[in-house]
Amino acid sequence: MGYPHPSHPGEQPLLSKYFGDPGARSYEGWVKRGGYESLRKALGMTRDQVTEEVKASGLRGRGGAGFPTGLKWSFMPKEVTRPHYLVCNADESEPGTFKDREIMRWTPHQLLEGCAIAAHAIGAERVYIYIRGEFTAEYRILLEAVEEATRAGALGADVFGTGRRIEVIVHRGAGAYICGEETAMMNSIEGKRGNPRIKPPFPAQAGLWACPTTINNVETLGSVPHIIREGGAWYKGLCRGNPKSTGTKLFSVCGHVQRPGNYEVVMGTPMKDLIFGMCGGMRPGRTLKAVIPGGSSVPILTAAEIEDCQLDYEGVAARGSMLGSGGMIVMDDSTDIVYQVMRLARFYAHESCAQCTQCREGTAWTTRILERILAGKGKPEDLELLLDLADNMTGKTICVLSDSCAAPVVSAIAKFRPEFEAYLNRTRPPVLATA
Amino acid sequence: MSSDLVSVTIDGVVVQVPKGTPIIEAAKQAGVLVPHYCYHPSLPSPAVCRMCLVEVEKAPKLMPACVTTVADGQVVHTDSEQARKARTGVLEFLLINHPLDCPICDQAGECELQNYVFQEGREGTRYGDYAKRYNPVEDFGPDVLYVANRCILCTRCVRFMDDVAGTPVLNVSERGDRAYIGIDQDQLLDHPWAGNVVDLCPVGSLVSKDFLHKARAWDLDKTASICTGCSQGCNIMIDTRDNTVVRLRPRPNMEVNRHFMCDHGRMNYRWMNRGDRIEAPLVRSGDRHVATDWDQALDLVRGLVGQAGPAVILASGGASLESLGMLKGMLAGRPLTAAVQVPLADAEAPLAGVPNLALRKERAANGEGARLLGYSMEWDPAVKVAGKAALVVLLDVALTDAEAAVVAGAGAVVVLGTIESQALAAARVVLPVTNTAEEQGTFVNRDGRVQRYEQARSAPGMGRPAWWIAAEVQGAAAATPAEAFAQVAAAVTGLAGMTYADLGVTGRMLRGASAAGSRV
Repeated sequence: MGYPHPSHPGEQPLLSKYFGDPGARSYEGWVKRGGYESLRKALGMTRDQVTEEVKASGLRGRGGAGFPTGLKWSFMPKEVTRPHYLVCNADESEPGTFKDREIMRWTPHQLLEGCAIAAHAIGAERVYIYIRGEFTAEYRILLEAVEEATRAGALGADVFGTGRRIEVIVHRGAGAYICGEETAMMNSIEGKRGNPRIKPPFPAQAGLWACPTTINNVETLGSVPHIIREGGAWYKGLCRGNPKSTGTKLFSVCGHVQRPGNYEVVMGTPMKDLIFGMCGGMRPGRTLKAVIPGGSSVPILTAAEIEDCQLDYEGVAARGSMLGSGGMIVMDDSTDIVYQVMRLARFYAHESCAQCTQCREGTAWTTRILERILAGKGKPEDLELLLDLADNMTGKTICVLSDSCAAPVVSAIAKFRPEFEAYLNRTRPPVLATA
Repeated sequence: MSSDLVSVTIDGVVVQVPKGTPIIEAAKQAGVLVPHYCYHPSLPSPAVCRMCLVEVEKAPKLMPACVTTVADGQVVHTDSEQARKARTGVLEFLLINHPLDCPICDQAGECELQNYVFQEGREGTRYGDYAKRYNPVEDFGPDVLYVANRCILCTRCVRFMDDVAGTPVLNVSERGDRAYIGIDQDQLLDHPWAGNVVDLCPVGSLVSKDFLHKARAWDLDKTASICTGCSQGCNIMIDTRDNTVVRLRPRPNMEVNRHFMCDHGRMNYRWMNRGDRIEAPLVRSGDRHVATDWDQALDLVRGLVGQAGPAVILASGGASLESLGMLKGMLAGRPLTAAVQVPLADAEAPLAGVPNLALRKERAANGEGARLLGYSMEWDPAVKVAGKAALVVLLDVALTDAEAAVVAGAGAVVVLGTIESQALAAARVVLPVTNTAEEQGTFVNRDGRVQRYEQARSAPGMGRPAWWIAAEVQGAAAATPAEAFAQVAAAVTGLAGMTYADLGVTGRMLRGASAAGSRV
């Protein structure tokens, strides 16, 4: 549902079915809507059975990387010799992405149920939901939901009388984008500075407090109850011919569309259907110029490139970008691409954790060059310099924040070079006063 | 053992290294130094500087050599075009905000940024139009200044305080290119081992107030030595400029002090430069001492030594094994009481992250060596005996007024000294001796490790090592420190047969002593 708009017939509301329905927020309301049945069912299954079901569904991580969820769970040790942890990544901070917030806002129990099932599958007794610090309302909603669910026995020391202990702790972030990176998140939960860790060791070997840990996105975990309820095979059937990308996906569409919002569609839906159908297309008199399809960290696509682009992991990758988080930033022909790229770079420069040299210095330098170009003080060699810096910033750091800053720069220069050149040869007036 | 070894090829050189070795260490075996900043063999590796990225065949991207462990059959290229470009890129990024104030920076000449930029950095800057990041200099504590502008955020200092000192007062503050090293509120960098952050800093960001603007690195002469601050026996370098000791720094010895030394030891060098030295042999003439030459002075001592009657040696616990041993040999045949003076502190100051490493209570370098040679630690009784002895030999000790008065009661007093002292007044003969920085010798540390130190500066005036004096009195019994050591060692269980060559630069355990922590 493109809340607050009415649901579009092209959507397949699964996670978003109760968006806008305040009655679904309480424990009772959720149970009335069939909630927690999947958890009861999962508790009657073995760890392996649950994992296999999720593997069969083809569910892939919805946070951005698209790693198969069941496979990730299967990396957890079979024998529980040390505490196992589940971390739910609710630190939704990717510019252009606002799907997890809606899940938590309207259907907190959908998430808690998914968390409990996943915790069961990986042998964890404790779940940390790491929620973005700015999500104050959602934080309170989650806290209340945890309390309700615990009171009702759906969480706690003895879940539904099965003897299974599943506790949920809602942990607030303090405003750092980088804490959405899974290893930085674990550091943050441990009370340390949110710096990404080197991998290996991978979280399933040594994660939170050096214990086996699985980190899943809110939307991923929210999908799990549906898979358990209806079966992996059913979920796998939710696709348009590409068995590698299955299920439904929430797309947060923002920018120059008539109806921005969250849209849940089956994987493989044409991008044009989403943008021009469900979202109502461009504002009157405007044409589509570019789309950043998967949150700010992925390469920009031109209008031509999204022709016949399918919204699934492979489809977007085939166009040279990534499905990412599904945060879709749509830009019409009024957009100044150079300015937009500068804004993104400035964001990454602000959010760099400062560990790796290339990221710490490169993001800031990239921003300064883009600001200089926009101020009409660019130099002819600036584009080559930007590309060279981007090359030095790509694939060389602990996490991908540096790469994420470089990707939009590289793709924008490749695809919209004349716009940069217009600033460089002074045919376009400067838009920044100083640089 | 061979099953635990893996074979890797680094820049065409095949080396066998133990499983789990990081590539950067394996490369050293192959004779290749991979440029790096954040990596340090005595600290955990965060792989943040990204300077040590190397090409590993079959890996999808460049790998940090500091945390990537070797695999059998691995082929590594540290100097491929890709790896070089990555390093040049890192150097450029590090330099954009670096002040390049090398002419006034203490680190210049021993700066890893300077060295690597010189080696493979870009010739010019592409950042010229922007102002560099500026942060004021911060006073971190007793001896450490933080020059934020020079900082490359390698975090070695933070990790030292966190993981080695166990006193996490330093941190990385702020984010992005605004980041700098911060110190916790109301905290000082006053840990007894905090000075190591200055050595660890690969650039001139953490500097020692004591050494500030004292010397340029290229004007320093460096001499391997042993710290005289306590019985731990940390291996050190004595840095001298124009024959003056200006700085002590730790010298790596994995068995003793790894890469560290404490601040007490680090600051314990000013006495080496003292100007009020005894510079010539002095003999008593009436109520005053007059300078003479070695021949006359030695003749006089030979006469005193040749007499009968009980003799006493009161020596410094910081005297070398050679001097203590030869001195005893000189008085062999007479009833002899020998004791060393070892100042005792109230408490130890351990370095939490390194086993068996602390600033020890025994604040003398060679107490253990003295014990081996049969010297007593019972100082006061020995002083009392000295008051009634026929001959007292004092070796570089500082007596209190009361002790000096007691010793004056002896038949004859011979002083082998470095500086003027109370005991001089009563002395028949005063002989100028060298201090630790001015001679070669050996100490035995508290764990039984026999370690050599080298001569770092020339002795003032006519000063000679005490062992040489003792040897001359005995008719040139030894002509070199090595001969003196061999002679002294021959008589001691655990030392017998050991030679200077055996000791090398990191020392050797006494036979029968266990390698680590015999007296933890």
